[in-house]
Amino acid sequence: MLDPDSGLSLTIARIVQRLKGSSLHSQLERQARVSLHKPEIKLESLKEDIKDFLRTSGWEKKLQNAVYSELNVFPSPCHPAAPPEHMKEPLAYMRKAQGNWEKRILKSLNSMCTELGIPLAQKRPVNEQKELLNKWNEMGTDEPDLSLFRPVYAPKDFLEVLMNLRNPNYENGEQLSFRNHLGLIQVPLKVKDIPELKEDFSELGLNIGQLGIDDSAQVPPEFFENEHVRVGQKVLAEQDSAAAQQYVRQGCPTALRADLWALILNISNQPEDILYYEQLKSNVIQHDLLVDSLIYKDVKLTASNDDYYFVFEDYLYQVLLCFSRDTSVLEHFTYSSATPPKSYIRGKLGMEEYAVFYPPNGVIPFHGFSMYVAPLCFLYHEPSRLYQIFREMYVRFFFRLHSISSHASGIVSLCLLFETLLQTHLPQLFYHLREIGAQPLRISFKWLVRAFSGYLATDQLLLLWDRILGYNSLEILAVLAAAVFAFRAVNLMEVTSLAAAEAVLADLSTLKVMPLLQIFLFATVT
Amino acid sequence: MAGKVKWVTDIEKSVLINNFEKRGWIQVAENEDWNFYWMSVQTIRNVFSVETGYRLSDDQIVNHFPNHYELTRKDLMVKNIKRYRKELEKEGSPLAEKDENGKYIYLDFVPVTFMLPADYNLFVEEFRKNPSSTWIMKPCGKAQGKGIFLINKLSQIKKWSRDSKTSSFVSQSSKEAYVISLYINNPLLIGGKKFDLRLYVLVSTYRPLRCYMYKLGFCRFCTVKYTPSTSELDNMFVHLTNVAIQKHGDDYNHIHGGKWTVSNLRLYLESTRGKEVTNKLFDEIHWIIVQSLKAVAPVMNNDKHCFECYGYDIIIDDKLKPWLIEVNASPSLTSSTANDRILKYNLINDTLNIAVPNGEIPDCKWNKSPPKEVLGNYEVLYDEEMAQSDGPDRDLRSRSGQSTGVKGNRARDSGKPVLTTWK
Repeated sequence: MLDPDSGLSLTIARIVQRLKGSSLHSQLERQARVSLHKPEIKLESLKEDIKDFLRTSGWEKKLQNAVYSELNVFPSPCHPAAPPEHMKEPLAYMRKAQGNWEKRILKSLNSMCTELGIPLAQKRPVNEQKELLNKWNEMGTDEPDLSLFRPVYAPKDFLEVLMNLRNPNYENGEQLSFRNHLGLIQVPLKVKDIPELKEDFSELGLNIGQLGIDDSAQVPPEFFENEHVRVGQKVLAEQDSAAAQQYVRQGCPTALRADLWALILNISNQPEDILYYEQLKSNVIQHDLLVDSLIYKDVKLTASNDDYYFVFEDYLYQVLLCFSRDTSVLEHFTYSSATPPKSYIRGKLGMEEYAVFYPPNGVIPFHGFSMYVAPLCFLYHEPSRLYQIFREMYVRFFFRLHSISSHASGIVSLCLLFETLLQTHLPQLFYHLREIGAQPLRISFKWLVRAFSGYLATDQLLLLWDRILGYNSLEILAVLAAAVFAFRAVNLMEVTSLAAAEAVLADLSTLKVMPLLQIFLFATVT
Repeated sequence: MAGKVKWVTDIEKSVLINNFEKRGWIQVAENEDWNFYWMSVQTIRNVFSVETGYRLSDDQIVNHFPNHYELTRKDLMVKNIKRYRKELEKEGSPLAEKDENGKYIYLDFVPVTFMLPADYNLFVEEFRKNPSSTWIMKPCGKAQGKGIFLINKLSQIKKWSRDSKTSSFVSQSSKEAYVISLYINNPLLIGGKKFDLRLYVLVSTYRPLRCYMYKLGFCRFCTVKYTPSTSELDNMFVHLTNVAIQKHGDDYNHIHGGKWTVSNLRLYLESTRGKEVTNKLFDEIHWIIVQSLKAVAPVMNNDKHCFECYGYDIIIDDKLKPWLIEVNASPSLTSSTANDRILKYNLINDTLNIAVPNGEIPDCKWNKSPPKEVLGNYEVLYDEEMAQSDGPDRDLRSRSGQSTGVKGNRARDSGKPVLTTWK
């Protein structure tokens, strides 16, 4: 065991190390230097005066937010003796499974390349570059023939892999017993039970005001709402990430959400960030990547047909194409179980010195990937800000939904949490569905992988994502998935096939997220 | 009042027929006794014409007012609004207040419009003031975007007038009349795309005015990216949002049909622009609808057998100012998508619940104030009787036009001049 003190000092050392290279560090230095000319800075109390200055001028807050962001994103350090891959994933069988899955994806990508005779990447001819630049804002009007392209994988392919996951050190036993897990996920991971979840999500309790619930009979809903908006404005004025994160647990007022999320994610859209986005854009213009076609195809198959998101089709290209070129995304592989795929320069296959990450950000999009971006288009209309918010959401949360790991927010744990909740609290329903060949996870898996994007009405989805940000955890997704089954339990008990069960749960667009979560967590006798 | 409602329609749309059948009403032929007739605008002309006219009895109801065209024909609507403004000005009404540029502060909600050929000289005068402007030509009596084109040179209109004179000897009749309106060239774009709003408004009586707003309106998006450049003037897909036009575009999507709900619009605007300006926009939309109805109320034949459900077309510009483009007497009941079908079925359902209380044989002498419970997705937009009992100067204070409305406690516009943007 790592004792808490040395854990803390390791964390501090790491954060200091990371911030040293950041632009915030040089900004702080510059500010401190500039402050020397101020009359209130005295030589005899130099250190204290500069500290005071940084505090009153708001720079200390920026530093705090940066530290807070680091704490949120990076896992606590492992024991110094642990091998480095433990930071990615401590369980060897999980790492191995992820590795095999990656090999499969890459193989399928490569075979598509060979089949279609299209290189992974090529420089665009100058006239093509010009043309793309001209239609940057209307890429959706382009109709390239993508009939030969197919998504590299879809959620259901990924589910098959997760179902076959086994822990080699664990005796499952061939015959069923009441101790067996009757769901599709057969790995033993610790997931929370309802009392633990109640404690974790205590701010969602019945006696606490929530945005997204307007059924309180005693007090008019405006009463809480107005007060909540007022507090929200104060949080924004303070520019404090930690306060914002606590605040959004009770939901964001629509008009404040964009700024609050940006504050929590520590995104400020500085001129250099805009410049960075423009740089990515010019990379897109110069080079044609095979994944562009996959992105194109995915948008056409998903968001373009969506009642809520079709309007934003062009924004999705502007974000996703740039994302694929963004090498800063590679950094998240230090704490992700996944490893970026490598490709080799023609004729140098297998020679490490000729290896490059492909795509440059190391993320191969799958069917539905663009739905991670789509809801954010309701909040941000400048592409560069939209881009940064998405990238941060991805490296904090979304990557966990399509990589195999034992992390509590990882997809495996979410699946297991969902199945365990259902099996424990609605055993009859669970058993019934299982008997008719409609394993609940077969229906809910796609909701989890997409964080419910494209399934819920947008206003409800944003209320749900408020809580993801607020609790820095994806576990709420599994709770909601179970709550949806509980809500439709009566109808589900009557169905006799997977198709019929799917039909009962086909349309989630009328659901109200917060009441469902509250009832499931707090109003059900356990 | 026993017995079932006998209905007729000359519009064979399932959203209508399903609604009638759901109520257990009985279909009869046009020449039999009927209680309820959902008719086209062509038929209403005959019903109320002097020669062929029926005499409607107390238990008969139709879905149009006899001279609805005072509102729904583009030229007459503009004429009536202009007259209404002048009258208010003469009365010295605070509503007719003007800003320093001579624009009405509260009543400037229709783009500058002229009749052609009648106002040709006035139009030329206006055009010369602003020769780089683009104008949109629309035939007065046609719908669904038919016969519409854009011009930005006087020569184009001269050519049009020559061509139409030689091609048809009835070109001077009112049927062939056109309106020419200043084109809103700074529309609000969402995702880079242009859209207009289609809102449904039900009027149950004009005097006193009582109208309802349907909550489930939608935005209609152009499938092609909007460019204000003149090279695209001929590409109607860029400029017109009518589904009837957009359906012929290559990019038309049959799943969503380019339609976005008003609640999506509200969520987007509130998230990206803030709550206050969003509320103000919707208040202003309600306001211009009520004002357009008030403008035609004095000339409308307020026949007690009639109600009408209008389709309002509104464009929002990039300063978030709404513009009334036109009003349709027979909003399309064709369903382009599954959601559209549900929406229109419910629209008719809620309309019937208000127009034909309890689905029983109607008595047109009833007071036409249905209880709140039957409104469905309709909200009271304006109730003249109630507004008057609230006090005389209520109108100005409640610029939202929601005097009796649901969100009556909203912050009111303090009455500061609204900048006009089309100059």
